Amino acid sequence: MISLAGRDILHSWGKFVLTGLGLGLLIGVTFTMAGVYRGMVDDARVLLNNSGADLWVVQKDTLGPYAESSSIPDDVYRGILGMPGVAQAANVTYLTMQVRKEGTDVRAMVVGFAPGQPGEPNYLVAGRRITRSHYEAVADVMSRFNVGDRIRIRRHEYTVVGLTRRMVSSGGDPMVFIPLKDAQEAQFLKDNDAIVNSRARTAANPALNRPGVPGLLEAIEASQTSNHNVNAVLVRVAEGRSAEAVAQGIRRWKHLQAYTRAQMEDILIAKLIATASKQIGMFLVILMIVSAAIVAFIIYTMTLGKIREIAVLKLIGTHNITISSMILQQALGLGLIGFVVGKIAATIWGPLFPKYVLLLPEDAARGFVVVMVVCMLASTLAIRAAIKVDPATAIGG
Amino acid sequence: MEKGVGIQIEGLSKRYGAGDTAVDALKEVNMSVAPGEVVGLIGPSGSGKTTLLKCLGAVIEPTQGRMTLGGEVIYDNGWKIKDLRVLRRDRIGFIFQAPYLIPFLDVTDNVALLPMLAGRPNGESRARALELLQALDVAHRAKGETSELSGGEQQRVSIARALANRPPVILADEPTAPLDSERALAVMRILNQMATQYQTAIIVVTHDEKIIPTFKRIYHIRDGRTVEEAGEGRSLE
Repeated sequence: MISLAGRDILHSWGKFVLTGLGLGLLIGVTFTMAGVYRGMVDDARVLLNNSGADLWVVQKDTLGPYAESSSIPDDVYRGILGMPGVAQAANVTYLTMQVRKEGTDVRAMVVGFAPGQPGEPNYLVAGRRITRSHYEAVADVMSRFNVGDRIRIRRHEYTVVGLTRRMVSSGGDPMVFIPLKDAQEAQFLKDNDAIVNSRARTAANPALNRPGVPGLLEAIEASQTSNHNVNAVLVRVAEGRSAEAVAQGIRRWKHLQAYTRAQMEDILIAKLIATASKQIGMFLVILMIVSAAIVAFIIYTMTLGKIREIAVLKLIGTHNITISSMILQQALGLGLIGFVVGKIAATIWGPLFPKYVLLLPEDAARGFVVVMVVCMLASTLAIRAAIKVDPATAIGG
Repeated sequence: MEKGVGIQIEGLSKRYGAGDTAVDALKEVNMSVAPGEVVGLIGPSGSGKTTLLKCLGAVIEPTQGRMTLGGEVIYDNGWKIKDLRVLRRDRIGFIFQAPYLIPFLDVTDNVALLPMLAGRPNGESRARALELLQALDVAHRAKGETSELSGGEQQRVSIARALANRPPVILADEPTAPLDSERALAVMRILNQMATQYQTAIIVVTHDEKIIPTFKRIYHIRDGRTVEEAGEGRSLE
């Protein structure tokens, strides 16, 4: 028996391919949306992996340093270093801001780190590591900075000396790594006008500017203009020690919050990007409904255009199953074209997105099944119409 | 089993609706067409021609009567055949006013589709289709698309399709309506040839004045009743 669906598709392949192309672009958008979500999750995981830490020590009762702000004194790490099971501990700061370069600016997460300690980018794709104590930076390639570029962070200019890859914040902003002291200054130091205003305000306060107490005002002003806080301490646990046990010790004795990698992953994925994932989920559902509606409409219209032929086929003895199968195969054919076009389109345009788009083969496999099921369901309307066709309509007009 | 009968109907009636609104479209119609015979069925609009054709084609059920096809009783106050789809596929050929060929199949497959639907192998079905296309002088178009054929060629292909399963009866619904005199007579010539060659009973529903004189036997249908009369039987040569 010949394939009626195949012959019909070959007969009007132009219309079929163009329709499949349109559907494919829509499916491509759906894949990309899924890829954006996967990219966000992967960014979060890579952020944790590349930090090289086993524990994140942050301000008590906060979900810092990525999901909430956290501020702890920068000498806390010394105490943590002395705790059993701690191999390494280092201060880090994170600040999302606009980094300027020759009149343009890039949204980036500026990371302050201590060289050779957790928090340092663990590999470079170009240039070298930071060797000077000040005003050198390593940037993620997504920032589009190049080695040798001069970038401005707050009041100071930095030279980009190295480039790293896949070091982005949970929001997808590229990271720019600078020495910890510079980062602390960028994050906490006030500008000159603010310092002058603050000094005047302090001097005007009789409680802080007491006559007969020499040096008090100067001491207060000095404490106001310097800041010795960081956002978190990254801890690497000694080999063979349980991260959770070390975290418990820190929570108990240092009165700080300590998160293990699993807990931090939960914060980043389940809490930080939860709303975004729901948003993307809604988009996926809507796109699926729109795709189903398009397939249903196209197949229904194509079937209505063949009502007379279907009546003749039924009159000459074609089984309803054969006609239903023809319509179903066409819907599935359309879905197949749409899937292939969508996959190719998503693969081509995915890397052009500003945020990381991760297209997983298992998502493509799931997508294929969903597309086929949607096409199958969408064809039921047309199949119903075809089954209802009375073969008698072929006779007598 | 009655031998020597292509199709025979006795006292066939068809009533649409019920009660006060009931309409008797056919009233005890009698008709008999022998194998190899071509008869005309003529009548004004609304006389019941199409209803009779639909009853004969097993697409609507008569209200009462008896129908014999190729010697087998297929209706006797109720269908005697379980699967009317198979009956239509294997034992009744249809020719329509317009050819209604399947546009996405080529000429050969339009004809071969019927044997294929009946479960015959593709090769055998296509060979039979080619044989019919040759007999109808359209074999040179065998691989072509139906849209490339002229009106006359399309009608010949539709005749080939009607003959594809060697049915004992062919029902032709105004097959010459869209054709000019010359082509209409050509179609009638072909139908007569095929009826003789394949021993098929052919009923041609028409009100085409050009072809009515060619029938040897005509059934007039008026107000749901048939009257048989001899036709002129004018030569088609």
